[in-house]
Amino acid sequence: MKKEMVCISCPKGCRMTVEYEGDKVLEVLGNSCSKGWDYAVDEITKPVRIVTSTVKVRGGKLTVVPVKTNKPVRRHLIFDVMNEIYKAEVKAPVKEGQVIIKNAADSGADIIATLDLKKI
Amino acid sequence: MIEKRSLVIIGAGPAGLAAAVKAKKAGIKDVLLIDRDIQLGGILKQCIHNGFGLHVFKEELTGPEFALRYIREIEELKVEYKLNTMVISVDKNKRITTVNPDDGLIVYEARSIILAMGCRERPRGALRIPGTNPSGIFSAGTAQRFVNIEGMKPGKTALILGSGDIGLIMARRLTLEGMKVRAVCEIMPHPGGLTRNIVQCLEDFNIPLKLSTTVIAIHGKRRIEGVTIAQVDDSFKPVKGTEKYIECDMLLLSVGLIPENELAEEAGVELDPVTGGARVNQYLETNIDGIYACGNVLHVHDLVDYVAIEAEKAAKSAVRKIKGKTRKIKKRIELITGNGIRYTVPQFIDVTDKEEKIKIYFRSTSIMESIKINAICKDEIIFSKKLKRVAPAEMEYIIISTDDIRGRKMIIEARAK
Repeated sequence: MKKEMVCISCPKGCRMTVEYEGDKVLEVLGNSCSKGWDYAVDEITKPVRIVTSTVKVRGGKLTVVPVKTNKPVRRHLIFDVMNEIYKAEVKAPVKEGQVIIKNAADSGADIIATLDLKKI
Repeated sequence: MIEKRSLVIIGAGPAGLAAAVKAKKAGIKDVLLIDRDIQLGGILKQCIHNGFGLHVFKEELTGPEFALRYIREIEELKVEYKLNTMVISVDKNKRITTVNPDDGLIVYEARSIILAMGCRERPRGALRIPGTNPSGIFSAGTAQRFVNIEGMKPGKTALILGSGDIGLIMARRLTLEGMKVRAVCEIMPHPGGLTRNIVQCLEDFNIPLKLSTTVIAIHGKRRIEGVTIAQVDDSFKPVKGTEKYIECDMLLLSVGLIPENELAEEAGVELDPVTGGARVNQYLETNIDGIYACGNVLHVHDLVDYVAIEAEKAAKSAVRKIKGKTRKIKKRIELITGNGIRYTVPQFIDVTDKEEKIKIYFRSTSIMESIKINAICKDEIIFSKKLKRVAPAEMEYIIISTDDIRGRKMIIEARAK
């Protein structure tokens, strides 16, 4: 089987032709680095994405703090992860890198803050 | 009262931050960074998505993380900065008039100025969409600020006009926050944003992208209730019979950015009508001696990494000028955009007494495949580079040696291989 895809590992966005059988990748054409191969394998077998959002903050200079998953999560889990993010609330001050939810929705990824936020 | 500084940088977004760090590290003690916002970082603070920093930091960061890297350096290096401070005017003698609630009016006199004010979004008024003027029409960046910084939902159901990157990013962001995005409409036959954003922001969430389609009417009195969209022909005129009503309580506009150059114009800086930014040489110096421009105020960039790299270059040039280490200019070469080239930066090259490799950035007018980029002086091709594909959304560059340039003009063009 052949599939055309655009690698999203970086903004270059290489257009690739991926040849595969079942979930085994045989050949990747058009990628300019090894990330392209890894991306193709992930897309065929188990697509993953970094999820970014915001979490509610109590007593902070702002009412929300930006967060992300500390590693890519399976694409079909994005909304499960988001559901935990909606419910979460953190108390100011918040430090960049601070873990806000551990192993969100059993995805294997933690939700961490991406910005420092001071108390009011 | 007039205060003196060697270097004043206007704008503390990615360009201003990167320039300030670079100049301070290069030994300029009195660098002043000015911003009208109450925090450093500019628009990066609301760009909470990832994809930043791959070139500069060799890792994938979110906007706030990217900004924090520089902000921490600004603090460590003790770079002087003024927040909540509005620059009212800049003149050709490099006097900067500022005002803020704590100090009142302060005039700075600088030996060099770096313009790093970024850009603003094109508003509805620039599009001439007929219809009523209800609430619920936002530029994509305004909606982004509401959601990501203020923590508010601007509505329930959105239609996004324009497939610029901010529009694509907001399509995903609204979806993740439980809002419905009916479609992204793009008047051009090709998307405006990066392909990776089409994939991970639209395709991942099954949000339709309607190319060659635009909004021809806005409905609703107090609040927007819906829009009429229609397909357009080759001359961008709506095609009869393709009209469709879409119910929505938000219309997001992601229809381009305009460099914010009112201050530059007032100072007498010449602008390029295509980029909306200053006309600069290879040192990013404008027509006014000692005034430099970088980042989105110079031309709209695809990646913040390129903004930071460009800002460092402007800082390096400003530092050289302040230290009195500039070379004598022998002649000026005007760059002319030929077939298929929308603009170049720099717009002119100042040739000095030493050979120099010049990086010329350009954007194409349309998507072209298997082409050659030629540089032509006196009807002769002095440089040629093959490219698999160029697209208006993706900035490219060529490198030319000043020793190869003849005459006072150089045409940059794209031709089929």
